[in-house]
Amino acid sequence: METFHIKNFAIRNRLFVGTGKYANYEIMQQALDASACQVVTVAVRRERLIDAAGRSLLDYLDLNRYTILPNTAGCFTAEDAVRISLLGRDLLEKQKNPGAGWVKLEVLGDKKTLLPDPVGTIEATRELVKEGFTVLAYTSDDPRAAVRIKEAGAAAVMPAGSPIGSGQGVLNPLNISLCMELLKENDANFPVIVDAGVGTASDVSIAMELGADGVLLNTGIAHAKDPVKMAHAMRHALEAGRLSYKAGRIPRKRYATASSPFTGVITYIPGE
Amino acid sequence: MSAEIQITVNGESRNIPANTSITALLSTMNLKPEKVAIELNRRLVRTAQYETELKQGDKIEIVTFVGGG
Repeated sequence: METFHIKNFAIRNRLFVGTGKYANYEIMQQALDASACQVVTVAVRRERLIDAAGRSLLDYLDLNRYTILPNTAGCFTAEDAVRISLLGRDLLEKQKNPGAGWVKLEVLGDKKTLLPDPVGTIEATRELVKEGFTVLAYTSDDPRAAVRIKEAGAAAVMPAGSPIGSGQGVLNPLNISLCMELLKENDANFPVIVDAGVGTASDVSIAMELGADGVLLNTGIAHAKDPVKMAHAMRHALEAGRLSYKAGRIPRKRYATASSPFTGVITYIPGE
Repeated sequence: MSAEIQITVNGESRNIPANTSITALLSTMNLKPEKVAIELNRRLVRTAQYETELKQGDKIEIVTFVGGG
């Protein structure tokens, strides 16, 4: 698949995969491998003070293979999102991972819906750009909010298909396609990634067919009955959707159009 | 003199010897400095400042990466 860019980050595989909610690290590793992803997301949390097993996510991610995209999940204010972003960048600099310098910005409104807070997202985007971050901003599928976030300096906008972890797919394809249209107006290469809500492979294809540059998902793989198999499915769905978008679909029509010609038929045709 | 000070580490109160540096604290907790990031009183602390000595009432957050989407 062709490479695209988010600022200086060259993206060779358009599926971004999360590392949360797997039954164990081994399944996560296999699923990431099967998904063929390049970019994986992680969260920043307190080091556990008492940890007998001592198993750390960093020990299970091949940092030479994956570009780590730290998120600000769990942040409900712009101020906290900036704190978490700075910590994530520092930790990635220590790992010498190319992900040091970008962030998946989430500023959420409440714990129940996990819907993004547009005002907080815009505030945090401005602050993070000042701090030198490449900001990938998670937002709702509201096209005007998406434009405001781009104007605030986001390097990529990531509209949600549906609420995080809900598995409802792309609930409003019209809004997602309007996001594409407005964000890419006179700026065709501006990256738009559909983030959140993917439940199954066809959801990924739909997002890509709408013209998304990529799809970010986690639960759809991690909580599938067979996460590794689902990761394969997601990978192929992404490729199918991208190819389909580039190939250009036929318009929807009200009535049928025969594929075999009527010229030369020797049979009875109703009404003729 | 071996006076103790009280600090808060990841939300939990902890008594440590006075003049303990961040490096020393990490060491007593068996944490590798390169595997964590640190905030002292809500401000990021870079590795070059890990020799900073902690003071009475300091609030330190020691974070790492966990699975997330």
